[in-house]
Amino acid sequence: MADTANPDHAHYLSRRQFVGQCLQTAGGFSLIGLLLGAYSAQSVSTPAWALRPPGAIDDEDFLAACVRCGLCVRACPFDTLRLATFAEDVATGSPYFIARQVPCEMCEDIPCTAACPTDALSKELDDVGQASMGVAVMTGLDTCYSITGAAHCRACYLACPLQGEAITMEQKRTGRRTYFEPTVHAAHCTGCGKCEKACVTEQASIKVLPTVLAKQDR
Amino acid sequence: MGQQAVMSVTSRRSWFSRHTWWLLRRTSQLTLLGLFLAGPLYGLWILKGNLASSTVFSVLPLTDPYIYLQSIAAGHKMGTLASMGALNVVIIYLLLGGRAYCSWVCPINIVTDLAYWLRTQLGISASLPLKKSSRNWLFIMVLIVSALTTTIAWEIVNPITLLQRGLVFGMGMAWVIMLAVFLLDVFVSRRAWCGHLCPVGVFYGVLGKVSLIRIKAADRQACTDCGDCFTHCPEPQVIAPALKPANEQASPLILSGDCTNCGRCIDVCDERVFTFATRWRYGKRP
Repeated sequence: MADTANPDHAHYLSRRQFVGQCLQTAGGFSLIGLLLGAYSAQSVSTPAWALRPPGAIDDEDFLAACVRCGLCVRACPFDTLRLATFAEDVATGSPYFIARQVPCEMCEDIPCTAACPTDALSKELDDVGQASMGVAVMTGLDTCYSITGAAHCRACYLACPLQGEAITMEQKRTGRRTYFEPTVHAAHCTGCGKCEKACVTEQASIKVLPTVLAKQDR
Repeated sequence: MGQQAVMSVTSRRSWFSRHTWWLLRRTSQLTLLGLFLAGPLYGLWILKGNLASSTVFSVLPLTDPYIYLQSIAAGHKMGTLASMGALNVVIIYLLLGGRAYCSWVCPINIVTDLAYWLRTQLGISASLPLKKSSRNWLFIMVLIVSALTTTIAWEIVNPITLLQRGLVFGMGMAWVIMLAVFLLDVFVSRRAWCGHLCPVGVFYGVLGKVSLIRIKAADRQACTDCGDCFTHCPEPQVIAPALKPANEQASPLILSGDCTNCGRCIDVCDERVFTFATRWRYGKRP
């Protein structure tokens, strides 16, 4: 093995050999570095269905800060949060939740953020009503029971923790009828996902998109 | 393999006597894993989190210092808890011996030790030559990639936290990486991962250069040159300076940071040459 080679041989290492070995080492590790870099850069973008916990700093900074320890997952009293496993669409080990499965219950004391040792979940968030995990968007204008008139449904409105602020039922009128359209007020919406969870249509007609998708241009 | 077989035949000591520290190490590794699992399984919250960062009894924070370094390289200002946690871990391993982490805590050590055992059982001697310095380059490369991508780069592939997080929070596809490390160590290169590549061990190795508890070839005059310690040691290059020094006055302490304080040399030596000792116990600086 190279590292147990006779040290006397070092005397016979020519300049050409020395430079060659240096280049070999540098080249090899640059290659590994490039692969690792490409993989980690790719993992920065999270899919639209994955929401970060309340207080999460901007996505570009999040993976510099989050050590994927899962203390937020442990602090969550509702089994909302989970850690991404290897080769998932979400960066390995980082915390997220899927609103349609288990939404964020918006605990007043924000235990997940309090538990974060690295401030990847910023402790500057002291009012959970100010959280911006995402923004609810009406994706099913053609399926929503209230809009289509299939039923007097207002499940999303009733589920919203900021009822009457983040979602209101706006009266609309077409030629023949009046109906109520669930209307999201993005400035108030925290992205907790309770509306998406509560939606009774087969595919949720209201979905929470991550803030980066809903409110930022590329 | 040959030497191992010979030893087990000729040794006059019992199996337990030859595996005392080995058993203690496995107990330590499995107990720590069990304590992380006792919370989610039984609601017994002694250790919460995982090896990246955790709390003991929800009070004492612990954070892996190499992950902490990567986060800083990536440009993040770490929170107070993580900073205290990293400091606590540094202090702990300055006392226990830097790479004691590798042999007493790290769950990958169980995988690679098993791989090495299988390798010897299968009689595989072909080994891709890797340099011990590879891990140092990897250590630096990871910090550079962290800075360039502003992510904690190694945590995307780190087998240690992947395995431990997998066991405590859900495995998913992480077993693929475990299998890769296992196959690498069995078939490709002798003691490849822990001995040549893992950059996490490099950090603890730096602490080991100055850490308090070391192994000492206290009774080196009794050495019969049987070679058992060299055969079993995961980092055999660390033994010679203490056991077979060029100068008789040289310290009998194993001072290399590469030593993982695993105690295998103590276990396998029939002449009881080795023992755990503290760096400062006998006289002035060794």
